[in-house]
Amino acid sequence: MQTHSTRSLEGTGLSCIRDDRVLFEKLAFELVSGQVLLLEGKNGSGKTSLLRILCGFREPDAGEINWCGDAVKDSRFYAQMAYVGHLDGIKKELTVLENLRMSVALSSAGQYSIYEALAKVHLAGYDDVLVQALSAGQKRRLSLARLLITENVLWILDEPFTSLDKQGIALIETLMTEHCANGGMIVLTSHHDIDLPDVDVQRINLS
Amino acid sequence: MSLSRAFFAVIRRDLVLALRRRSEIANPLLFFILVITLFPLGIGAQPHLLQAIAPGIIWVSALLAAMLSLDSLFRSDFDDGSLEQILLSPHPTSVLVLGKIIAHWLVTGLPLLIVAPLLAVFLGMPNHALGILLLTLLLGTPVLSLIGAIGVALTVGLRRGGMILSLLVLPLYVPVLIFAGNAVQMAGSGLPVDAQINILIAILLMALVLAPLPVAAALKMSIN
Repeated sequence: MQTHSTRSLEGTGLSCIRDDRVLFEKLAFELVSGQVLLLEGKNGSGKTSLLRILCGFREPDAGEINWCGDAVKDSRFYAQMAYVGHLDGIKKELTVLENLRMSVALSSAGQYSIYEALAKVHLAGYDDVLVQALSAGQKRRLSLARLLITENVLWILDEPFTSLDKQGIALIETLMTEHCANGGMIVLTSHHDIDLPDVDVQRINLS
Repeated sequence: MSLSRAFFAVIRRDLVLALRRRSEIANPLLFFILVITLFPLGIGAQPHLLQAIAPGIIWVSALLAAMLSLDSLFRSDFDDGSLEQILLSPHPTSVLVLGKIIAHWLVTGLPLLIVAPLLAVFLGMPNHALGILLLTLLLGTPVLSLIGAIGVALTVGLRRGGMILSLLVLPLYVPVLIFAGNAVQMAGSGLPVDAQINILIAILLMALVLAPLPVAAALKMSIN
């Protein structure tokens, strides 16, 4: 991961309309290396929609998103981001190792090797286990391990703490702090209060 | 380099998945065999009639078997979020999707080729037409997977896309059916079939190059 160059994610005048209902409009934000953007708001306020717009799954109804000054389409955005959404994006018929190998193949190898990442999310020794034998919390930690093994700067996380226990939450917070200290940035939604004392956290309330 | 690695990783992953869920391979194949066995039972003891319509029976059954297997192409990836990860990959989606289609053909199309000669003999097709039958299946079934993938990509986001899928895809299968069925028929009567085979090759090459692009675009739309 490059720590020297500063990256930025910038949204201007974003709006999202769903079924004739305006979820948000004229939303603007700027995020630079080392920062966290926390989206807050009640259910149905458009948090997930905003994340999906950032990922490019949805087109914003107005506004634009820039990565390091260029429009997302013209930049190396997709090579530098990683997304963990509501769906885990892991195959339950494959083993833990096979799933992570696939993620590396789709992107490019990052900071940690697969085994280092598994140790970091407390799944060491599970590499040959089929994912369908894992618990919900373990699956979540596995999908978060994907963030560590691929090359990325921006993490987009939709409710990353779902089905994690207290230790799991603390673990992810440590990883997030570490990622920001290395010059990474994070956009996330969460119902839990996040506890990141050493990180510059911006908050946007969508309701 | 890393694009080819991603391409082969997708193929490998889908083959491993198919091996672990064997029904995906077995169901279309059993369907193919069953439908073909139904014809002699329905028509009765008329070997000449059966022999005459054998190419059509085999090809229509192959078409239906391919149709049945299509839904599995993107369904599980769509449901568990793997499709999102594929779309977010920095590699071109169309290439990764082509990998998925090739894996799908290896799992559902190739087995048809292996049992088809047996079933052709069963229907009384002359031996000298078997080679051409295999050749048309080899050229034609990948086209079924490629064209079908466009339909699945468009309907994967719908809850009950099955019926729409068949209405969407079957008409597009007609050219393959015409040329392949005709080639086998002509080969059975000992006539040259170069023209039909050339057209099938052309259709295959065109589908191979052009189909992945609309598939990628349709998937992006469906995931929304």
